[in-house]
Amino acid sequence: MDAITLARVQFALTVGFHYIFPPLSIGLGLILVVTEAFYLKTGRPMYRDLTRFWARIFGLIFAMGVATGIVMEFQFGTNWAAYSRFVGDVFGSALAAEGVFAFFLESGFLAIMLFGWDRVSPKVHFLSTVMVFLGSVFSAVWIVVANSWQQTPAGYRLVESAGSLRAEITSFWDVVFNPSSLDRLSHVLVGAFQAGAFLAMSVAAYYLLKKRHEEPAKFALKVGLIVAAAASLLQLVSGHASAVGVARNQPAKLAAFEGHFEASAPAPQYLFGWVDEREQRVRASIAIPGLLSLLVTGDSRKPVTGLNAFAPEDRPPVNPVFQSYHLMVGIGFALIALSLVGLLLWARGTLFESRRLLWLYVFAVALPQAANQLGWFSAEVGRQPWIVYGLLRTKDGVSRVVSAGQALSSLILFVLVYALLFALFIYLLDRKIRQGPAEEGMELSFKGPRA
Amino acid sequence: MIADLNVVWFVLIGVLFIGYAVLDGFDLGVGALHLLARTDEQRRLMLNSIGPVWDGNEVWLVTGGGALFAAFPHVYATVFSGFYTAFMLLLLMLIFRAVAIEFRSRQPMLWWRRTWDVSFSMASIGSSLLLGVALGNIAWGVPLGPDHEFAGRFMDLLNPYALLVGITTLALFTMHGAIYLALKTEGEMHERAHAWARNAIIGFTMLYVTTTMATLLYVPHMTDTVREHPLLFGLALLNMLAIANIPREIHHGRDWRAFLSSAAAIAALITLFGVGMFPELVSASNDPANSLTIYNAASSPKTLGIMLIIALIGMPLVLAYTAGIHWVFRGKVRLDRFSY
Repeated sequence: MDAITLARVQFALTVGFHYIFPPLSIGLGLILVVTEAFYLKTGRPMYRDLTRFWARIFGLIFAMGVATGIVMEFQFGTNWAAYSRFVGDVFGSALAAEGVFAFFLESGFLAIMLFGWDRVSPKVHFLSTVMVFLGSVFSAVWIVVANSWQQTPAGYRLVESAGSLRAEITSFWDVVFNPSSLDRLSHVLVGAFQAGAFLAMSVAAYYLLKKRHEEPAKFALKVGLIVAAAASLLQLVSGHASAVGVARNQPAKLAAFEGHFEASAPAPQYLFGWVDEREQRVRASIAIPGLLSLLVTGDSRKPVTGLNAFAPEDRPPVNPVFQSYHLMVGIGFALIALSLVGLLLWARGTLFESRRLLWLYVFAVALPQAANQLGWFSAEVGRQPWIVYGLLRTKDGVSRVVSAGQALSSLILFVLVYALLFALFIYLLDRKIRQGPAEEGMELSFKGPRA
Repeated sequence: MIADLNVVWFVLIGVLFIGYAVLDGFDLGVGALHLLARTDEQRRLMLNSIGPVWDGNEVWLVTGGGALFAAFPHVYATVFSGFYTAFMLLLLMLIFRAVAIEFRSRQPMLWWRRTWDVSFSMASIGSSLLLGVALGNIAWGVPLGPDHEFAGRFMDLLNPYALLVGITTLALFTMHGAIYLALKTEGEMHERAHAWARNAIIGFTMLYVTTTMATLLYVPHMTDTVREHPLLFGLALLNMLAIANIPREIHHGRDWRAFLSSAAAIAALITLFGVGMFPELVSASNDPANSLTIYNAASSPKTLGIMLIIALIGMPLVLAYTAGIHWVFRGKVRLDRFSY
């Protein structure tokens, strides 16, 4: 593989691994705020213990997020130096703002949330938990703004500087509210709430099935279910808005999402299929005629731009984008179904006895994770061959001084280290969950022999 | 010297790096000393002395990196891609350090705890060394092409002067960490921390003198500005006084004042470094015309202005949280059920 491919694979691997954790922090942060609010209102120890339990899980997830996040912050410079020179004037501000407005807030109040139970009043503690949650949301705001600018650049002009072209800011607010920022931010945040809610439901369902910690588990399942149902329905709205935005701003990407080659009218919507790029058709598919036109333009007879409108060198790879996008959408509908069935059984009063549904919930925790990963994949691969849409090609963004050998060694290093970290994370998460929310179950300090 | 936005951002990045070195400096130092503690309880005391604050301290590095990217993108791009292997090693150490702190006390097995103890300590030592070596290279100068790209090899970065700055940085952080530990602990742990601090002060002072001599002899461009503006010699004097004051305060058992002196010494050292570099950010060793300066490496005045507004809104908040968190966790560290 050449240096560019290696740098891309490394970025995809490190960002994909990192992206397991921040959505969980955001989603679990919301669950924590709700649970602690109940504790503050009622003063019942059950809510306090459950809050502390979620906080311990949060601490583990947060540590993984920090450890893998710092890699992302450095990697623009290490592997994408030409890109950094091109976008620094615009993109750097968003990254610096993330540090100033989000990370300090999050890490500072996290200390009180995790270690400050005996040092501050319950109200100050609750406030700290809210601040940690807000910090994680702000972090999403700035990084999604930065990424959205790569997708739909705005508020800049191209300037010749030191012998090469770069983007310079002309309007900060146009950069922040670039055409895709709000759609993509809401899509990412709602996806994060789904991830947190399904984690809470998974843990709660496991306790109910094992007949342990049943009282906190019932509460956690209800909270998780409400958040999951609301978020999954909202995701339908947000997902639709995002797709319409992509059709408007990045038509080549939308055409790849849907395997749409000719600007035919009416355009069909494929439910599934396999894209044959050479033959320019979607095999083994089921399609609803005119639905894509209707969804994207509001009129089932209007045409939708196809990939053939773009020169071959300006098209993204189609089948991987098609598949990841369709899988994401499919999972989105499954999450709606799973949470609505739960609400229905709750209304009937049989939720906590429905063992089959509870088992589904135990494993459903993987679904929002998969959807989040697939969504990023389709958004980023669908942006290709551009690193900044329409302005800079990915191959021109890579660091010129980093050799393929260097990139390969670091890639191997990340694969090994992340595999180890993932195994340890799952092991410790599993231990924490088995330990449960009961305070007396907490491990005692270990007096080891003299080391 | 005109106080334009480029100069303002040179100073602000310096302030971020001082904040980072003063704050993360002590927790890297505690990490460097970690394996010297004999019992599990002492090791847990050490970990928990930095437990609530290390993560916030590291945010200063992350924000410093982001600010460098935004204000001087060419420096960010040149240094991070040019020092590729060094930065990958630094990332590896920062990852292991973060998870070692989090994982270590979550399982009781001796092998588990020893493994993470070694990871934590080695990663702390390694990060301090690498940061120092990077700083040493920036002062010493690196080969840069006319296109601003790094034109050397990884081995060029391991020159004796850079290594000396690396070891000096490690000694500085170790001293700073030992003093912090003395401040945060009591009883036997406190005695041990004091003993470490006394030894670290001697080690650091010797390395400080050596580095100063080496700089005067071999990197004379770092002292040009002070030679031209003799008033700046006061900074060097302050730096020396701050360092000389540390053993005095330790001797009298005034740990808090010793810590402040150590923090002042770090701030003065980085300020001297900044004064020596100004207006360059990375010196080109092959051709001074290729050096990255605060002008040819900067973002547009518009971006620097926007960033200044962000900093003016954000930094007072950051200082308020930082002070608030240190206030909530003031006093001697004690192990409780929430500890690592």
